[in-house]
Amino acid sequence: MKLTLRVWRQKNADAEGAMSTYEVDGISKDMSFLEMLDTLNEELILKGEDPVAFDHDCREGICGACSLVINGDAHGPERTTTCQLHMRSFQDGDTIDVEPWRASAFPVVKDLVVDRSAFDRIIQAGGYITAPTGAAPEAHATPVPRPDADFAFEHAECIGCGACVAACPNGAAMLFTSAKINHLNVLPQGAPERESRVLDMVAQMDEEGFGGCTLTGECATACPKGIPLMSITGMNKEWLRATRKAGKK
Amino acid sequence: MARTVWDSSVGKKTVMAVSGLVMLAYLVVHMLGNLKIFFGAGEFDHYAHWLRTIGEPFMHYEWTLWVVRVVLVAAVVAHAVSAYQLSRRDIKARPSKYVHKKPRTSYATRTMRWGGIILGLFIVWHILDLTTGTVHPGGFQSGHPYQNVIDTFSTWYGNAVYIVAMLALGLHVRHGFWSAAQTLGVGSRTRDRALKATANLLALVLTVGFISVPVGVMTGVVS
Repeated sequence: MKLTLRVWRQKNADAEGAMSTYEVDGISKDMSFLEMLDTLNEELILKGEDPVAFDHDCREGICGACSLVINGDAHGPERTTTCQLHMRSFQDGDTIDVEPWRASAFPVVKDLVVDRSAFDRIIQAGGYITAPTGAAPEAHATPVPRPDADFAFEHAECIGCGACVAACPNGAAMLFTSAKINHLNVLPQGAPERESRVLDMVAQMDEEGFGGCTLTGECATACPKGIPLMSITGMNKEWLRATRKAGKK
Repeated sequence: MARTVWDSSVGKKTVMAVSGLVMLAYLVVHMLGNLKIFFGAGEFDHYAHWLRTIGEPFMHYEWTLWVVRVVLVAAVVAHAVSAYQLSRRDIKARPSKYVHKKPRTSYATRTMRWGGIILGLFIVWHILDLTTGTVHPGGFQSGHPYQNVIDTFSTWYGNAVYIVAMLALGLHVRHGFWSAAQTLGVGSRTRDRALKATANLLALVLTVGFISVPVGVMTGVVS
């Protein structure tokens, strides 16, 4: 396959960026999108040019490190992560636009790499449970009803990649935050911090400069793990419940 | 608690949802009342007069109407202020656009902000036209709403402004009603189809009901 790539190049956080055009040849349709970028980078290095910086780690679709907005879609045209996107999803001779996640809470570090530490601070605000450390507890010590377990698992699938923020026209982190809140708030292990968790995490989300939800549904469409849009409804419900309870105290 | 709600983006959306539902409830009653125009001048004008006497003798003449007006103004202000602040926040959160643009989301979703501005301007014109009579075409007669309505819809711009605004209303309600349910946390997978159907039905019934009045005047059914 022969492809034309238009890639966002930006020297550093303060520099002005722009799209640069590259031609790549000899791409196999069995390559992943990241392997295709590796090919481009090898050529750039041989030519003595600066390779394109992009985030990646496990390349198995489970770590949430890879990002990239490909032809206007977060993680590209398939419902998966960029590392699991294969070149067979494109045609020979295609022009492909590659851009970083766009949100003021995710500033560009270099080229296609953005700083997603705002997500870490949202997690630090309440995305944890208080549990004694040590040996794993007996699995049946705390019974969890099957529907609750399924609900928690569905939301626990979030890998924190930030595709929801990238896809949202408001740069909102509602789907990410709601996935974490719903995952923990439904479980008995998460019950002691149920109210403070949702209030603190939503407050931190606002603090980080993410936008608000206008229910366009773009986040859920982009999510490689299929976190449903209704997750946000669940977070709103938890937030209203916690606010009412806080008001009574 | 009020502070927590107002300072949070989720809380401000709650304000939007509640104020929106208040206005929506009013619009359903308003639309049904408007349909009385098809029963003639006598019944329509009598209905308009009755609106001023609701609650008598406990309430004084027009007091109930004023209570409704105050609640509505509060709802409009709360809705507009939170929409403005949330929009400012949203635009700031996504300062740079993608180079590769795609047509996204439904038309109703994309037009919420402009639609809201159109509706806000419409409300100002509508009150100046048919409540105070300031910009009314022809002689505005207080207490004769039937004739006033006919005067307004006998002008091309009266029809144009009204019909455009009612189409905007339909789109606004279509996305707004369903969104309000999500914001208030009452949406769920099992209820989603019912909520979407209700939103579409409300949007359709309101738009058709309101537009039937200018269409009635234009076709001579109301004269």
